Amino acid sequence: MFKTMMRRAGKCAVVATAGLMMMSAQAAEPIKIGSFLSITGPASFLGDPEVKTLEMYVEKINEEGGVLGRQLELIHYDDVGNASSARNFASRLIRSDNVDIIVGGSTTGATMAAVPLIQQAEIPFISLAGAVVITTPVKKWVFKTPQSDRMAAERILADMKDRGITRIGLISGTGGFGSSGRTQTLEVAEKMGMEVVADVTYSGSDTDMTAQLTNIKNTKGVEAVLNFGFGQGPAIVTRNYDQLGMELPFYQSHGVASDSFLELAGSAAEGLRLPASPLLVPDSLPDDDPQKEVVQNYKAEYEARWDSKVSTFGAYAYDGLMLAVRAIEEAGSTDPEAVREALENIKGYVGVTGEFNMSPDDHNGLDPESFRILEVQNGEWKLID
Amino acid sequence: MLNRFMQSRLRGLVVLALILVIIPAFLSNSFQYGMVTQIAILAATVVGLNLLVGFAGQISLGHAGFFGLGAYFTGIATGTYGWPSVPALLVGAIMVGIIAWVVGRPILRLKGHYLSMATLAVGFIIAIILNNERALTGGPDGMPVPAFEVFGWELSSFGRYSLLGLEIEGFEAWYIFASVILLVAVWFALNLIESPIGRALRSVHGSEVAASVVGVNTAKYKSLVFVISAIYASLMGSLYAHFLGFITPAVASFEFSILFITMVVLGGMGSTFGVILGAAVLTLLPQVLADFQELETVMFGLILMLTMIFMPKGLLPTLTAIVSKRMRKKAGGEA
Repeated sequence: MFKTMMRRAGKCAVVATAGLMMMSAQAAEPIKIGSFLSITGPASFLGDPEVKTLEMYVEKINEEGGVLGRQLELIHYDDVGNASSARNFASRLIRSDNVDIIVGGSTTGATMAAVPLIQQAEIPFISLAGAVVITTPVKKWVFKTPQSDRMAAERILADMKDRGITRIGLISGTGGFGSSGRTQTLEVAEKMGMEVVADVTYSGSDTDMTAQLTNIKNTKGVEAVLNFGFGQGPAIVTRNYDQLGMELPFYQSHGVASDSFLELAGSAAEGLRLPASPLLVPDSLPDDDPQKEVVQNYKAEYEARWDSKVSTFGAYAYDGLMLAVRAIEEAGSTDPEAVREALENIKGYVGVTGEFNMSPDDHNGLDPESFRILEVQNGEWKLID
Repeated sequence: MLNRFMQSRLRGLVVLALILVIIPAFLSNSFQYGMVTQIAILAATVVGLNLLVGFAGQISLGHAGFFGLGAYFTGIATGTYGWPSVPALLVGAIMVGIIAWVVGRPILRLKGHYLSMATLAVGFIIAIILNNERALTGGPDGMPVPAFEVFGWELSSFGRYSLLGLEIEGFEAWYIFASVILLVAVWFALNLIESPIGRALRSVHGSEVAASVVGVNTAKYKSLVFVISAIYASLMGSLYAHFLGFITPAVASFEFSILFITMVVLGGMGSTFGVILGAAVLTLLPQVLADFQELETVMFGLILMLTMIFMPKGLLPTLTAIVSKRMRKKAGGEA
């Protein structure tokens, strides 16, 4: 009798200890942040700074004590810029790694391939890709940090309008970025009462755009030229524009807003304007600009750690991670629905890309003014507006 | 009787079916089910490609073009125009078959590897069209594809179904569906190989001159098998699109074509079951190597290189040869 009781008590003790151990294990269990990025392959210029930024800031947050007293754990995979592998890795993050939130998706294709799965699994997802379709119409679990190409078009056309320009010549690349930008520009122009009088395109492998530019030059009534494109193309367009001696105001898109574009285009870029992240001109921002400190810090920290130039794409990942952390802190747990709701209600988060004001109808939270209009003067970026 | 059955060509099919039945015992979540389902679909595609490469001795460098065309035809017909899945799949396959015939027929009258160049070009053209016809295909950003449905009954990997009183999840249903498709694809391929067409093809592969001397219409058989393998690719492309629910022009890319050819070569040219193994290995490798981070691509290349150096006949033929050699040795030792 006594023996049985002892045995029972022993059993109880074992169960209780096991339970306690499990509880403490749960408290120390890290918060899992999943990510699928195009680290190698044709879109590696996006994924590489993104993964570096995530790694670096997860480390930093962990050194400072983590989030809600728990450490962060970053699980990231390389989708090589391929949409079907992006979908497979998203599936792996959700089903196999059981992550709490996903920050990733370098390209629009990769993001959109993973969206049906994420919507189904009900996991908060912050995308780092640009196109409007990602958050329009609003999808319950999907958020994104970069401004859309539509906002860039709005910003450029608004600046043109301020200069009294209403008739524009458009030259765009046929790649994903250029053709989406072209569609958005045409729509925005119509809405703003402006007219696209010339509309020409070039393909990504073209090495000379003189013919297309001559076409625009010969079109009557063109008051400014806008080039929507990515990679080499815009640099060639800029050089040809200079060679043809065209004097009209010239605009580029945010797709080439990097220092390497200045090197490629050389002196031909003189005087052109484009919408860009404040990250290109951290020191010329006015002192009362709330973004100034964030932008300067990010640039300094990134360049000190990786010994390479900071890029706007890395900044998207920075904002994505910080939004995720902030939402988890505000939700007080990693419960997906609570985190999602916290994300949706984030107001006044000042990031590198801009100030985010999320709402149930706006899962991007940025306005066109988060783009700064820059002009190239003496081979350097100059803040105009 | 059992012995005679085991000797027949159905033996491999039965073994494959058993493997497909056993696999779910090792799967624990829908991610793994998803991977195996994709392997089954891709394997069925390369079983078709193997008919061309392994038996007719011709190489297609544009098979992803046919695969992508099937995928996009399905996506556009069911998504944009609201067609039911099955007609979309069939019309897409017929269209791809016609394209393959138009391309293959004149070229296959020639000897040598002209077909690879022609298919290379066709693959590129298809990829360019899919990238540029933004209004139709969504351009480089891709397009969503609705779930597979027959007479209003939808097969979605997110749904729940009851089958013979058993509750099964959508991803399990897709696995069963894809397994059946793979078995049918293999059964058809095996029958084709053992038919007069298959024998004619093998004679062409052996020596085209000898084949035509004994009266085999080499051009006809080569184009026929080319069309059949293109139709395989189109059908599987359609299913792949339905399963993934989202496609981008990457499904028609040159890289994807090369992946298909690599599956055939790695698994073992001319071995129907070998190429299935090839498809499985090449689909799983990126997942297995994901933990190596930056070294992933290097490891991938290294594994392929070593396999080709030490197993030039492909995985399955080499492994079978080793096993049967061991068995013979053992039998010899006992006797």
